[in-house]
Amino acid sequence: MITYILRRAASGVLLILAVSVVTFLIVFSDTQRIVRSLVGERATAEQLAQRTAEMGLDRPLFQQMIDWFANAFTGDFGASWLTSEPVAQVIINRLPITLSLVICSIVVLALISAVLGTFAAVRQGGAADRIIQIGTEILSALPKFWLALMLVIVFAIQFPLFPATGYVSLQNDVIGWATAVTLPVAAVVMGELRVTSMVRGAIADELNKDYIRTLRSRGLPSREVLFKHVLRNAAEPWVSLLSMKIVGIWTGVVVIEAVFALPGIGTLATNAATRGDGPVLMGVVVATVIVIVFVYLIFDLLQAWLNPKARLT
Amino acid sequence: MSIETPQAAEKTSVRPGAWKRLISNPLGVTSVIVLLLVILMSILAPWIAPHDPRYALLDQINASPNATYWLGGDVSGRDILSRLIWGGRTTLVAALIVIVVAVVIGISTGLVAAYAGKISDTVLSWIADALLAIPSIIVLIAVYAAFGPRIALSMFIFGILISPFLFRLVRALAISVKNEAYVEAARVSGVPPVRIIFRHILVVIRGPIIVMMADITATAMTIQASLEFLGLGSINTVTWGGMIEQGFIAIYQAPLSVVWPGLLLTVTIGSVALLGNAVRDALVPGRASARRRRHSVKTPTRTGGAWKKHQDTGPSAFLTVKDLTVSYPHGEELRNVVEGVSFSVDRGEVLGLVGESGSGKSQSVFAVLGLLPEAAQVTGGQITLDGAPLPLDGQGRHRPRRMAYVPQEPMSNLDPVYTVGYQLTAPMRRVLKLSMRQARAHAMELLSRVGIHESEKVYELYPHQVSGGMAQRVLIAGAISMDPELLVADEPTTALDVTVQADILDLLRDLQMERNMAMLMVTHNFGVVADICDNVAVMRSGAVVEAGGVDKIFNAPEHPYTQALLKASLEGAPTRDFTTGGGHD
Repeated sequence: MITYILRRAASGVLLILAVSVVTFLIVFSDTQRIVRSLVGERATAEQLAQRTAEMGLDRPLFQQMIDWFANAFTGDFGASWLTSEPVAQVIINRLPITLSLVICSIVVLALISAVLGTFAAVRQGGAADRIIQIGTEILSALPKFWLALMLVIVFAIQFPLFPATGYVSLQNDVIGWATAVTLPVAAVVMGELRVTSMVRGAIADELNKDYIRTLRSRGLPSREVLFKHVLRNAAEPWVSLLSMKIVGIWTGVVVIEAVFALPGIGTLATNAATRGDGPVLMGVVVATVIVIVFVYLIFDLLQAWLNPKARLT
Repeated sequence: MSIETPQAAEKTSVRPGAWKRLISNPLGVTSVIVLLLVILMSILAPWIAPHDPRYALLDQINASPNATYWLGGDVSGRDILSRLIWGGRTTLVAALIVIVVAVVIGISTGLVAAYAGKISDTVLSWIADALLAIPSIIVLIAVYAAFGPRIALSMFIFGILISPFLFRLVRALAISVKNEAYVEAARVSGVPPVRIIFRHILVVIRGPIIVMMADITATAMTIQASLEFLGLGSINTVTWGGMIEQGFIAIYQAPLSVVWPGLLLTVTIGSVALLGNAVRDALVPGRASARRRRHSVKTPTRTGGAWKKHQDTGPSAFLTVKDLTVSYPHGEELRNVVEGVSFSVDRGEVLGLVGESGSGKSQSVFAVLGLLPEAAQVTGGQITLDGAPLPLDGQGRHRPRRMAYVPQEPMSNLDPVYTVGYQLTAPMRRVLKLSMRQARAHAMELLSRVGIHESEKVYELYPHQVSGGMAQRVLIAGAISMDPELLVADEPTTALDVTVQADILDLLRDLQMERNMAMLMVTHNFGVVADICDNVAVMRSGAVVEAGGVDKIFNAPEHPYTQALLKASLEGAPTRDFTTGGGHD
């Protein structure tokens, strides 16, 4: 078990390094274009060269990369080319917003998929089962950002129940925070509801297992068989199915931030991309991969903990 | 002998082909038509669009639908309808680029991983996992920063990023097909590898690949629109995602300008997804019709049943089963797997239910126990326990305490996530209302009784930590924990090592005598019958063909099937290979 976790962690570190290298090569491959956009179209060749030298972009790409990694290991991710703010600080300011949306979405999706999946599995073939399966399938086909826009039109413009834009920090105002994240989280969760059908399948598989019949033969009430045995055994595939949605949820949040003008990682990345802010982009990519690796690790641990075979070895 | 095999009908009815099933699926047809319309609209855009999509009229800014602009104007005063018609092009081209790149890379690397040895497999699999762990949108944003708005380039990269889905699928399928006999045969007979891959492997795995391609296409359309929405697209190209972005600016004045492109995008993406589902359903026969049906269907009553002479134990026996019929829905009709079966067992008696697999013996005892699967229905007959009829409606009606069940496969009949002790005590606490301590003490007693010496230790173990023989003892302990009067054992030794089979049979016999239980022993093994049973009922194709005392059946079998069965088991041949037409596996 411990060796397994260590192996996953090592694989995660390797992933972070690999993605950082590739992203660096992409972002810094055409620095002339970036510098040109920074100094303006009318700048002379001398000005361009001078600015390139100032930013250290005239050195060989490989040298720049080594320097970047050497600094990154000490926690120094450079400074924004536009605002000169330290990248690490910028990321630390933005990350909690994105992360809170991602975590809320995972938790809500976990609960809804469990409830609807159980309901559909218990009534296999019935009307409720069909409605749940078709409904979740349709919602999942909608692009999440468009779902978010529709939610804004209905629940923020037509019926102003929730704010259309803006973010309130959790520490300052719990209710304000809750109303600010409701619509974004709803849009992300609705867009990933397809997982319900898979959770339903996992529960249905479990319902057909031999040991369920044996437990029933001893007179254990159906309710107890369902809640104590079926759902407990289906928990492992459930966690595994949810872990496959992490990337989709992250992507959804990054795009939806633009709809609600939430100052998270997504809007940071978009702004950095349109204005050619290389160090910030590097920071965003590295932070994203680190967070994702961590979330996967948590899901791995959760899965192992749920399985006595893995837990005891 | 006139026993009809219930599956005769199935073999004659020809399954319609996958294509026919797709065409007969209304959702499949609808999605194909919608997609064709979208493609046609995009190709014909220059001729059917009423206006130039880039031409702006100042008085049409955020205009409502009117005679000039039928769907109104956008934030710059351009015709929404014309832009909708033109915008489909980008979506389709983007999807096409992604799908071509993903298919080429995914299939080729998948085949390489399946064939080229362990190292390349490990490396490729790691890269695939890594790519799937990165949110593509972040990479695409970085690509935009480096190279500017280039839809083709970003979709090419997205095709690479999403190809691991196909890689994994192709790799897994190719590995499983690789070892099939016919592929092996083709290889041995000198068919070149490339030809094997195309003729034998890709053809077989094309179904799942097509379904996956639909998913990838839908994802590609979404991600392309997302990039446009984030403002990371080309300003000069008309796209649905870009239209949503521009409409978003004026969402308070003209919310409809957001709704139209999104609706079209959604319908297109939804059609692709539905088409994928329809293809999947069409490729798996019977999936769509597998829904449970519960019509009441008149059961054909069996006239002149093969077995008239019932055993001596009359209707006064402890358990009597009369004319039991169990049916499963099959297509539109019900198919009987048990047809007019009768038998009875008294207290202190062991009845063997013998027959080859698929003869309906397990279904009969599950009907007695009230443990038939969801789809099954009891469509006829009567079961009485101690003189009182048992309700036969529906499934899952358990009859605790008086009846107990010892299953065939010990390992799969223990819940893997709970300890042996918990599984033993939970029913006692719930049904017998024992306290935790009482239940534990009782469980220890039972474990010792079934021959487990270190009962304290075994109590704490998880199912994966005990052997098959031990697990079967635990299940027997569980079965007798409710002090049952009838013990039903469904091939209790089949899955065990030969060395423990005799011990388990002895244990069952001892418990049966000690508690004077009635016992129903399902088996295909005449050795078990000789060992333990008093009476025997021989089943075939869902009906009892002969019954009587063990001596009589062994010494003077009347029915040819019984004779054949006996002869086979005395010769030690497998009991299922010598007859034709039986069984319904």
